[in-house]
Amino acid sequence: MAFTVQSDRKYAASHEWARPEGDLIVVGISDYAQHELGDVVYVDLPDPGEHFGQNEVFGASESVKAVADLNMPAGGEVVEINNALVDHPETVNADPYGEGWMIKIRPDNPADLDELMDADAYQQFINEL
Amino acid sequence: MGVQQYNHSSNLPVFHSSILPIFQPSNESDNAMSSYIPNTDADRAAMLAAVGVKSIDELFRVVPAAHRFPALNLPPPLSEPEALRELDRLQAMNAGLHDRCCFLGAGAYRHFIPAVVDFVISRAEFYTAYTPYQPEVSQGTLQAHFEYQSMMAALTGMEVAVVSHYDGGTALAEAVLMAAHAGREPRRQALISPTVHPQYREVARTYLEGTDVEIIGDELPHDRMLALGEMLDPDTACVVVQNPDFLGRLYTPAEMQALADRAHAVGALFIVSAYPISLGLLAPPGSYGADIAVGEGQPLGNPLSFGGPYLGYFTTRMEHVRRSPGRLVGQTADVDGKRGLVITLSTREQHIRREKATSNICSNQALNALAAAAYLAALGKNGLRRVAELCYHKAHYAAELIGKLPGYEVLPGPFFNEFAVRCPRPVAETNTALLARGIVGGYDLGADYPALAGHMLFCVTELNTREDIEALATALGEIGQ
Repeated sequence: MAFTVQSDRKYAASHEWARPEGDLIVVGISDYAQHELGDVVYVDLPDPGEHFGQNEVFGASESVKAVADLNMPAGGEVVEINNALVDHPETVNADPYGEGWMIKIRPDNPADLDELMDADAYQQFINEL
Repeated sequence: MGVQQYNHSSNLPVFHSSILPIFQPSNESDNAMSSYIPNTDADRAAMLAAVGVKSIDELFRVVPAAHRFPALNLPPPLSEPEALRELDRLQAMNAGLHDRCCFLGAGAYRHFIPAVVDFVISRAEFYTAYTPYQPEVSQGTLQAHFEYQSMMAALTGMEVAVVSHYDGGTALAEAVLMAAHAGREPRRQALISPTVHPQYREVARTYLEGTDVEIIGDELPHDRMLALGEMLDPDTACVVVQNPDFLGRLYTPAEMQALADRAHAVGALFIVSAYPISLGLLAPPGSYGADIAVGEGQPLGNPLSFGGPYLGYFTTRMEHVRRSPGRLVGQTADVDGKRGLVITLSTREQHIRREKATSNICSNQALNALAAAAYLAALGKNGLRRVAELCYHKAHYAAELIGKLPGYEVLPGPFFNEFAVRCPRPVAETNTALLARGIVGGYDLGADYPALAGHMLFCVTELNTREDIEALATALGEIGQ
């Protein structure tokens, strides 16, 4: 089965994506991740103002039969969360790269993203899973 | 479901034909492959290799030889009528309550159980059903659980109830554990009142062993519970109180609300353990700031039965539902829009969340919870209030009579249906003398509260008649002389 990978962003091995937007980074999970989880029923997000290091757990997404941690693709402060996911967690399944975004962070060090995979590398990565 | 399921008689052959051969010397076990255990000889060899031993004999070599196959010294087998006769003989040695009057409570309470409760829980559909993972074939059990949750939430004034925990002590321990993880940063201190049931405090300490959470506060004197409010700090996860407390005393809703407010001011949760029958009459924990209300559900339709199986009830506010431990049934609609019930929010539970779950509870005392639901439904709001009123008034009548006896002193203060009394003679001696008169006396408080040595905790319920109570007072008067 083919999963969408978008080339305007970077990917973590734990299947989060990170897309720079001005000074900020928008974070969500990949099409592959939403498919593996199945129907997402709840997304547990941090409060704006919280700070996490790179790869630290900032929340969790729950599907009907699994719970997956959400990891920071870059260290930084959470400046905005996608409140729409509280009432409509299924948006993560329907539009993982768009309306299903989870948090926006102000990175401590934008170069953290250099450690992530680009679209081609991530495509290769999930092909081999 | 709890104990009943695991003891189901159809499981017995497992013990006879398959478990035992494993413990036999290996040359025999090779021939004793069981139809119940799916391990093949090859599986066993692989497992032995993985742990680095050559044989099952070697695996058990750490057990001293004398204890490996001890002589059990069992009597010869009995026929069925012989076995029944033997069981009758043993049973007759029990001191039952059908021909004695009982003034013992202290956590387990004797109340009348309407016949309809046993009728409902004895139905085979309920009696044998296990965890209803398959909602399409389990609507009856799920509805019973849903009704139980709804009634417990209404009774405690809370917003959500999980199906049930093992008993009052484990429900309280789970509440403390939940409070410690209620925020994003775990908190390390739980303040527990000295007049929370001593065994519940012990269970909580056992649960928290090996965690970072420390229990303090119960070293306070038994009459200084409200001083817990001065011990709060930003690392306090919760304040845990019991109302009516272990000594039977009542705190006013205003006193409770004030303590709740102080807990909330430092971000701690306020946990209340409450005797559910008392809530037929008294303000519920939800009305005075409780974030979690727990307690022993046995008084609701479950017999004393040697101390178990009981059930713990656990209720909380919706904002904490995702952290709450235990099974939860929710209402939804099926594809045709019809009402349906399912186990919901299972992702909180250990079988899905694994090591990140905050609780190990993955089960439910289903049959006991069903008994509680049937009891509450049978009594209704007015019936439960009437039972609570009877308990209250009869207990106060008993306290009045005992308080007039020379040498006896009732501890002052408002109470529900239990009260502490200082006795002129040692409590054990008084109880022995009462038992000789066919009366089960009260609980000896001295072991748990050294300051209350010589004090007995009496409990009176609707099942104690006026004659019982007057006989108790007369007997105490004679014993005290």
